Parts: sequence; structure tokens; C-alpha cells
Amino acid sequence: MDPGRRKPRLAVWKFASCDGCQLSLLECEPDLLALAAALDVAFFPEVSDRPIRGRYELSLVEGSISTPEDAERIRAVRRRSRHLVTLGACATAGGIQALRNFAAIREFTAAVYAQPAYIGTLGTSTPIATHVAVDFELRGCPVNPRQLQEVLSALLAGRPPVVPRHSLCSECKSLGHTCVLVAGGQACLGPVTQAGCGAICPAYRRGCYGCFGPQQSANPVSLSGTLTALGLNRQDLLRLYRTFNAAAPVFRAESERHAQ
Amino acid sequence: MSSQMNSAHVIDVTGFNHLLGWLGERGYRIVGPTVRDGAIAYDDLAGAGDLPRGWTDEQAPGHYRLRRRNDTALFGYAVGAHSYKRFFHPPWEALWHARREPETLQAQDEPSSTQRLALIGVRACEIRAIAIQDRVLLERDPQYRARRAEVFIVAVNCTTPSGTCFCASMQAGPQVSTGFDVVLTELCSADPPVFVVRVATAAGREALTAITHRAATETEMAVAESALRYAAEHMGRQMPGADLAPLLRRNLEHPRWNAVAERCLACGNCTAVCPTCFCTTVEDTSDLSGRALSRSRRWDSCFTAEFSYVHGGSVRPSTRARYRQWMTHKLATWPEQFGTSGCVGCGRCITWCPVGIDITEELAALGADSAA
Ligand code: SF4
Ligand code: SF4
Ligand code: SF4
Repeated sequence: MDPGRRKPRLAVWKFASCDGCQLSLLECEPDLLALAAALDVAFFPEVSDRPIRGRYELSLVEGSISTPEDAERIRAVRRRSRHLVTLGACATAGGIQALRNFAAIREFTAAVYAQPAYIGTLGTSTPIATHVAVDFELRGCPVNPRQLQEVLSALLAGRPPVVPRHSLCSECKSLGHTCVLVAGGQACLGPVTQAGCGAICPAYRRGCYGCFGPQQSANPVSLSGTLTALGLNRQDLLRLYRTFNAAAPVFRAESERHAQ
Repeated sequence: MSSQMNSAHVIDVTGFNHLLGWLGERGYRIVGPTVRDGAIAYDDLAGAGDLPRGWTDEQAPGHYRLRRRNDTALFGYAVGAHSYKRFFHPPWEALWHARREPETLQAQDEPSSTQRLALIGVRACEIRAIAIQDRVLLERDPQYRARRAEVFIVAVNCTTPSGTCFCASMQAGPQVSTGFDVVLTELCSADPPVFVVRVATAAGREALTAITHRAATETEMAVAESALRYAAEHMGRQMPGADLAPLLRRNLEHPRWNAVAERCLACGNCTAVCPTCFCTTVEDTSDLSGRALSRSRRWDSCFTAEFSYVHGGSVRPSTRARYRQWMTHKLATWPEQFGTSGCVGCGRCITWCPVGIDITEELAALGADSAA
């Protein structure tokens, strides 16, 4: 980078989420100094309590939109940001909290809060891209620190990030793992899920539960046929597709097929 | 009786262990079958104790299980979950890296492998697959060439084909006839087993000389022959008919492609496990400082959208088009490009397809109901 030039300002914004994705940035540990050298971290609620106002070259957005205030706030963030990248399943698909999209929100608030009338919330949890234009969506629950670093490096260099959108199976096979579905009879969402996590679950001999969301050419209808033959019933299948990416359109459509 | 037949010898498990020791002393990295995570995988072997002694594999479309045998055979299974491909043509590899300073840009190739490699338990189908990849990659790819430079192959004839094997109908097995240093046939009639051995190279002869062996008896040779005949007659599957290329070319619009596309997950498991699939993509990355640049290569598959991406979009946006590409490349255009079939009948794409799509069944369906 040109030493005379001001470092690009990075802002990190939090909406409805658990903070896990922001923490992935801190997990880029050996490279935190390189990060600080390359970017001016302007607003980062997890590590600093001095919010800086102004404009940002890059905004990283964690979390989904679940309240009317957040729906307003994300528009303000977009106006201040040259590039906006969403981090994780909440920001990209609505997160686990999008389970509310399948039920009546009033029943939840009545069950949880003594005075549900004071709760200001939307009936849905929606991804950032439903509300504003997004430049890049990074998947995962949480995101993979290496992929996050790659997206930041790519944006700084003005090149497309190397973040493949093919199946988890490709990654799993490359790592030399044994297929837990074929050789273990386990329910695994790997064939319909996007790669990127490093095939962590199959490495520990358990099925993928889809936290990176649908791969680019997902065919869950066919996979469900195989999982049914392995002994899963409709309730099992419904639950399998309704986790962190329940509201991702491909997974939502598949879970709804098993809800009727 | 041929002179090769005349030179058959026999070693026992101890002799086999000495063979591994002999290879180790000569600086070979020894790779062969071992039980790992519920399957037979090809991995580093410390000795014969790491072999899948007493295990076999049950394979069917979309199904694999390890099963116990009722003897102590070391090679009593069909083929490993992954082929030997990954040792010559790895899933990921660095090609070069560069350093950018204000005034200069210095690039450096990644070093090529200098490791000698001994492969243990290589089946006929795998040897054919290695020969096919040689045809594709040896001239074009210096990294591949370096890994292939010093390889010692201990082949083992297949006497236990699985439910998805069809090497016999691809004329690729079960008997190993070329491309090895030493070939063994395991005789499970003895327990612990003994091995009928033949050598094909000077290195193979040197190895045999170094270990305890004796001449094979007529009976042992006959038992080995009949085990191979049994294997050829017990293939789980069969690739139907000859002239696959014209059949496929006549049927590019066959409705069967739609039917298989409904089942296909476009997951790419088949191309990853196939011992001949060679496609890769190249990725360029830079670090946060923008000074360290690198180029790497990883396996790609004709089942991904990016694979056929050109300006404006994918040439094969549908799974139908991708499955058709995979099968027609294997069986029709591969022979035109490289002079052999792209399939050796190992059955891995059938076993490891999560929905059990079977290349032999798909081809039979095209043929049965073919446009004349
Ligand atoms: S079948 Fe597909 S992945 Fe395999 S070599 Fe052909 S184009 Fe490449
Ligand atoms: S196409 Fe299938 S059966 Fe043929 S060599 Fe490849 S994996 Fe084996
Ligand atoms: S044929 Fe099977 S293994 Fe290959 S991409 Fe389709 S579903 Fe996956």
C-alpha cells in the first residue's frame, strides 16, 4: 500500500447475532498485526468502546434484521459504507432466530416475556441483503477465520475473493475423510451445503448440519430421498434443514416439504 | 507355460514384512491400505501390521461398510475409498509464490517433490488408472512428473471384487499384467496367507533376492490362477457392450439425462474419488499487506458451476449438462483425446455417490432405449 495514503477504515456492525463471527476476526490471531497495519479499525464493539462516526471503506455486518430499529440502522450503515460484507448465517440467511419466520411471533413473546406488549420486534428475522445491497456474503456459523482473512485481503487488493461455492463434499474428499453418509449411514447435509468450514464435522465422524448454507447447485429433494432410506422420518428431515440457515430459500423450501 | 509363470515364487507374511523393510531402507515413503475411520484408506505404512488384516469391504451403490473376514488375509478387500491419485496429483498444491517490494517483484516456483514412493497393494484397475493419468499429465505437468519419477509398485492381484466392481468389462483387471515392479497373489487357502510373487523389473528382482522366498509349487500356481478366474467371474457389475462413444453421441438428448439429473446432487464426490479424473482450477491470492502473492492449484470437478464459467456465465448451468459432460467425457471423448477409456471399472463413483448413481446402469438405460 502507498505509505502516503490513509489506511482504509473498517467498521464492524452488530445486529441480531451471537458475536461468534466478530470473534472470528480476532481468531485471525497471527495476522492481527497485519490487519491493523492494513486497516484502520474504526468501530469494533468487541474490542473498543470508541465508536467513530463518518464514512467507511469497508463495513463488516454481523447479524440479522429482527427489529424495526435495526431495519433503519442497516440503511444508515449502508449509506456510510463503500463496501458492505455480511458475516455469517445470521447476516446472510437470517440465522437460527429465523425459526420465528415459521411461526407467529406473538406466541413466542407471550411465552418468554412477562410484559410482551413492551417487546418491539419484527415478525421475521431477515438477512441483510433483504434490506440493502450487499457486496459479498461470507457464509458460516461462525465464519471461517481463513476465509474472512481472504475476503479482507481480496478487497484490499481489488480482486475477487477465493471463496468457492461448491459442495462440502469436495472439501471433505480433498482432506481425505471417509464419507460418514456412505460408510456410516449418518445423516449428512454435506452434499447440499457450501464448502468453507474445513469439513470439521465429518473430520470428527459426524454428519454436516449445514451451517454454511446451501451450495450453488443444491438438490435437497434427492438427498432427502437417500436420508429417508437411511431411516429419517419427516420430522427428522424438517429439523435437519431448520437450523442456522432455516430461512435460506433452498433449505426453507425443503423443510416446508416435510412440514405438510 | 510362459517364462514369467516359471519364475513364480512364494513369500510368507514375514517375507512380506521384509519387503517393506527393504523399501524403507532405500528411502521409500511406503503407502498402502490401512483401516482408517471406518474404511480402507491408502496411507503411510509403518509395517505389515498396519495392513487391513482380516478386513473386507462391502460395497454397493451409495453404500460402504467394513466387514470382518473369517481369516487373516492382508488384502482381502476390493479397493480403498480413495485411489492412489492423491499421491501423484494432490487435491491441493502450491505452484509459486512471489514477494512484491516497492521496486521489485520476485517470483519463485515451489520446489518439486524428490521423495521416492513405494505403493503397496496396487490393484490392476489402479495401475491402469495411473497409466491413464500418465498419458494426461506426465508431459504437461512437471510437479506430477517429479512425483512419478521414483516409484516402486507392489501390485496385488484382486481376488475379492466388490459389488460395484466392473474392471473385467473394462479390460482393466482383475489380473495385473503390466506397470509393476512386483506382483503378488494372496493365497488365503493358507492362514496366515502366503503370496505367489512375480517380478517384472530389475528393482523388483533385487527386492525379491533380498528377502526369504522359495519357488512356487504347481498347486500354489493353480490356486492363484483359479482365485483370479473366480474374481473375473464375480464382478458386481458390468459395463454393457462395446462402442460406447457412438452410443453416447447418438443419445445426447435422451430423456434419461433429465431423470439422472433429478437424482444427481452435483456434489462432485464421483470426480474426487475417480482415479483418472484430473481437472484442476488455479487460484491466485494475496495477503493482507498485498506483498505476498501466491498461486495454487486444487482439484475441480465438471459438477461445479465455476468449472465451465466463461465471460457471462456457465456453459453448463444445469446438473443435466454436467452429468452428461462427466459421463461422455469418461466414455466417449476421453478415447478421442487420450486413446483409452477414462474409466477403469473400479466402481468408486458408484459406491461413493451419496444417492448411488451407477454409471453402468445409466449407460445401460441409454442403450436399451436408444435413438437408433
Ligand atoms: S469427467 Fe469431469 S472432472 Fe473428470 S476429467 Fe472429465 S471433465 Fe474432468
Ligand atoms: S468412472 Fe467410476 S468406475 Fe470408472 S474409473 Fe472412475 S470412479 Fe472408477
Ligand atoms: S453422480 Fe453422484 S457423486 Fe457424482 S455429482 Fe451426482 S450425486 Fe454426486
